[in-house]
Amino acid sequence: MTLSHPDTWLDQHGDALYRFALMRVRESATAEDLVQETLLAALRAQDSFAGAAAERTWLIAILKNKIIDHFRRHRHEAPLPEGDDPDAAIEAMFNAADEDHWARTPAPWANPDRALEQAEFWRAFQLCLEGLPARQAQVFTLTELDGLGTEELCKVLEAQPSNVWVMLHRARLRLRECLEQNWFGAVAEKR
Amino acid sequence: MLSCKEVSLLVSQSYDAKLTWRQRLGVRLHLLVCEACRRFERQMQFLRRAGRAFSDRQRDGVSGSLSPSARERIRNSLRGRD
Repeated sequence: MTLSHPDTWLDQHGDALYRFALMRVRESATAEDLVQETLLAALRAQDSFAGAAAERTWLIAILKNKIIDHFRRHRHEAPLPEGDDPDAAIEAMFNAADEDHWARTPAPWANPDRALEQAEFWRAFQLCLEGLPARQAQVFTLTELDGLGTEELCKVLEAQPSNVWVMLHRARLRLRECLEQNWFGAVAEKR
Repeated sequence: MLSCKEVSLLVSQSYDAKLTWRQRLGVRLHLLVCEACRRFERQMQFLRRAGRAFSDRQRDGVSGSLSPSARERIRNSLRGRD
């Protein structure tokens, strides 16, 4: 595969790169800057395009690195909350007076795999992801969407593994509940 | 016996790190008797699949686009006129 002319990159991939960045940094101005940095870096790196990947995949890979650099630069401004800071919404999911059982039992989900093929499900998924507290969204996205391992994540955020695991746990509990309320529960009611 | 809260943390953590044999045993014993946590465990598997699938879909994009002014600014910077 060969690269198309750099003049066309912005039109062909600009929006996709922007959405990718916005999902992760949550600020449009920052996402725009990252798209610009990415395209400029891509211009300089044209010769290193190996041709093995599609053009967009290549650009996304560059953008991913820019996003990680961005998080690294800003990690001191907002360090990851300590894992032992209580999170009221999470505490409320368990019944401390009753041996920390689920306060509301997770419901059975009907046909979860079919959801993956439905456009409305992905809108619900995106809304739930956007509803997470910023830091929980950050660790969840870097882990589950971008495939970073704990070790790598700890380096980027300068955090302890136990702290990252607590953040991931909270993110997953919140997403689970949000999907149950906004998708799986709602689907069950319609039937 | 581990609580549901502890088990949910360990189940979540098992996606990111290898649990000790003692933790694995504790989780397994709890899951044997707790249907709620078994559901939770299956839902965590689903969440991982969904995360990966969402990442793939995102490349083709769902919604949202660069504002005209941002597009113009980026275009200019690419032409070296910034």
